[in-house]
Amino acid sequence: MKRTLTTGAATLVAMLALGASALQAKTLVYCSEGSPENFTPALNTTGTSFDAARPVFNQLVEFERGSTNVVPGLAEKWDISADGLTVTFHLRKGVKFHSGVNGFKPTRDFNADDVLFSFNRQWKDDNPYHKVSGGAYDYFSDMDMPKLLKSVEKVDDYTVKMVMTEPNVTIMANLAMDFMTIQSAEYADYLLKKGTPEQFDQIPVGTGPYSFVAYQKDAVIRYKAFPAYWGGKSKFEDLVYAITGDATSRYAKLKKGECNVMFGPNPADLEAIGKDPSLKLMHQPGLNIAYWAFNLEKPPFDKKEVRQAFAMAIDKAAILKDVYQGAGQAAKNLIPPTIWSYNDKIVDYPYDPEKAKKMLEAAGVKTPLDIDLWYMPKQRPYNPNGKRIGEMMQADLAKIGVNAKLVTYEWGEYRKRMQQGEHMTGQLGWTGDNGDPDNFFFLIGCAAARPGGQNLSKWCNKEFDDRLNAAKKLTDKAARTKLYEEMQQIAHDEMPTYYIAHSVVFEATTKNVTDYKISPFGRHEFFGVGLE
Amino acid sequence: MLSFVLRRIALTVPTLFALSFLTFVAIRLVPGDPIEVRRGERGISPERLEFFRHELGLDQPVWKQFLDYVWGLLHGDFGVSIISQDSVLKEFLTLFPATLELSLFAMAFAVLLGVPFGVLAAVKRGSVFDHGLMGVALFGYSMPVFWWGLLLVLFFSVTLDLTPVSGRIDLIYYFEPVTGLMTIDSLLSDQSGAFASAIMHLILPAIVLGTIPLAAIARMTRSSMLEVLEEDYVRTARAKGLSPFRVIGLHALRNALIPVVTTIGLQGGTMLAGAVLTETIFAWPGVGHWLIESIFRRDYPALQGGVLLISTLLVLVNMAVDILNAVINPRIRHGR
Repeated sequence: MKRTLTTGAATLVAMLALGASALQAKTLVYCSEGSPENFTPALNTTGTSFDAARPVFNQLVEFERGSTNVVPGLAEKWDISADGLTVTFHLRKGVKFHSGVNGFKPTRDFNADDVLFSFNRQWKDDNPYHKVSGGAYDYFSDMDMPKLLKSVEKVDDYTVKMVMTEPNVTIMANLAMDFMTIQSAEYADYLLKKGTPEQFDQIPVGTGPYSFVAYQKDAVIRYKAFPAYWGGKSKFEDLVYAITGDATSRYAKLKKGECNVMFGPNPADLEAIGKDPSLKLMHQPGLNIAYWAFNLEKPPFDKKEVRQAFAMAIDKAAILKDVYQGAGQAAKNLIPPTIWSYNDKIVDYPYDPEKAKKMLEAAGVKTPLDIDLWYMPKQRPYNPNGKRIGEMMQADLAKIGVNAKLVTYEWGEYRKRMQQGEHMTGQLGWTGDNGDPDNFFFLIGCAAARPGGQNLSKWCNKEFDDRLNAAKKLTDKAARTKLYEEMQQIAHDEMPTYYIAHSVVFEATTKNVTDYKISPFGRHEFFGVGLE
Repeated sequence: MLSFVLRRIALTVPTLFALSFLTFVAIRLVPGDPIEVRRGERGISPERLEFFRHELGLDQPVWKQFLDYVWGLLHGDFGVSIISQDSVLKEFLTLFPATLELSLFAMAFAVLLGVPFGVLAAVKRGSVFDHGLMGVALFGYSMPVFWWGLLLVLFFSVTLDLTPVSGRIDLIYYFEPVTGLMTIDSLLSDQSGAFASAIMHLILPAIVLGTIPLAAIARMTRSSMLEVLEEDYVRTARAKGLSPFRVIGLHALRNALIPVVTTIGLQGGTMLAGAVLTETIFAWPGVGHWLIESIFRRDYPALQGGVLLISTLLVLVNMAVDILNAVINPRIRHGR
């Protein structure tokens, strides 16, 4: 009897173990960093929320995984009229929405109504969903869509015509962004009739590779592969986001196999991850820039020679070594080298304090010169330690007879005051949205130089700005590239902004994860990823 | 007794009112509002900022906002989180069971070890055991929680592979929450192995959260016992020829427990609010992490509601301690 029991128990344990390993083989666990605000990307601004919604949804056009290339999504193809004002989208046929989520059973395939709904919710005040869940639509507004769009019309079930107020080639990259996710108009109606429209943003129904199963705040998000997905079959069954706020805990979980992919490893752990035979460490330059802006409204920064002298006074290599510790790349242009039109011919100003001193003298600047240097009060993806960079710059500037007073404020206050132009010099940075050069260069354009605008140098250069505006209207990529290259030269010569670094993004997975690609946008995408 | 309880309840009302007012004002004194914080590097045009401030009612005078808030509270409305657009009360009730469960286990760990250790140290006063124990208690009391938690994870989870790193249950188990307490829900789910997994996930966080209370309780029990052991009635009990077990367990310990119960109550209160670090290390989906996030994002309603609910619980725990003390010690009950 006793023996039977022991054998039984052993069998049970073996079965459980087998069951567990079988389960593990078909489940991909991603240790994410936080809880999403909700599952409607149009409402959100954080990568955490976009990552959580992405498995469920598609856009008309999409970014190819691991790159900034725009490829067909729910629109199979599109035509742009000769005047550049009209884009006609030809929609993919036979695309299914997830069925059975939140009691919703779709009665039709994806069509033009869903596209119109997704535009109109963000655009039109009279859309019944416009006010639901706070209705901020920050990206729709940031990317100038209300100004850019004239009309979006349904031609037939599978054709949508979008008319713009002016030609703007960056629109396709905008449409590939998360905020232009296509959601189900039928599901929206269903919930409206049920009297629970807010569920639309909390229990998502989409056309994406994984359908939503459950979400427990601060704990876990569960998805399962959608067998009828138009883009093919997922290589694993279940996708789970294990929400783990602390980077050291995420690393411990990865090491132990409790997750397969982890968000943002600690810089201090990178070396150990690289050496661990059970893990894979990947890296790529991030789509970002950390910069130090000179305010041209405050003398002596109105003089080009002064700005150039400051650029030569800073030991960039030391900052890279000390602060970025290998996770950064020295910047010589505003755009990172991963973006097309990067002008690699530009030679960065050398570190030469002696020459800098002479240039200041030649420009008629009396030393000691007192300036302020605003440093970032918090860590950002492009700047791991604003204070340390500020201190290093302060020491470098002292060598050319400049006393820099370090200034900082609470993060929100800091940005607001700098955008108003209160600073003489100050640090900030940018993370790209859509991989288009325009998405970086507008930062130093004339439109952004108004008080409260994002051009912190308050620099407005006609030669630069004319090219910026012309490039937006050209469909020929080679012609655009030429303009952007010239703009980089102008910005280099004029030096309104000193470029510090582009950070390098690291991602870690377990060895059995195959075909995982780092996204230049810092996205985490799992369709196409395999598990061995 | 009833009048004592009623008096204590009446005293809590002004406390809670003052607390909600302070929270309300304090969070508004911090620079940056929810909209500006959300905008990050991008900034926001003055018109849009004005529009959203109006939508959220932030353009009203603060006194009016406060009255509206109190009016809502009196109707049981804690407001809606600016970030998730979900009801604050609902968010709190979803997350609180996790904090409660963790705190209960941590407290059980602290009391079940702390009281006997304290008694033993007192009885064996001056021995190696006493000195050793008090040294360890001091160490436990002063240890940084973050460091201690990570140390345990690296040793027990990563190196020895005995316990899971974080979370409340293994991801292979999935069931809808009923009570929100994972130990109970896992039993209700009827999935084999789920309960064991929930317990395994509780061990390390409970130890980490329970370490400081354990040290405090052990030290308090020891000093209180030392005092009581000197009392005449203990000598009398010994002289009567009672067994040492009865003298210590019945006569001494019961009297020594009064300050210990107070310590337990205070520590329990701190635990509910102070589980933030433990929750962060162990990815424990409780209210601590939620409150911190609300501060960072200036989610006024979530923070106000969360602080009020937590403090109500603290006040209730303190009240329960007072009442418990009154039960143990008639002198308190009769106001002498």
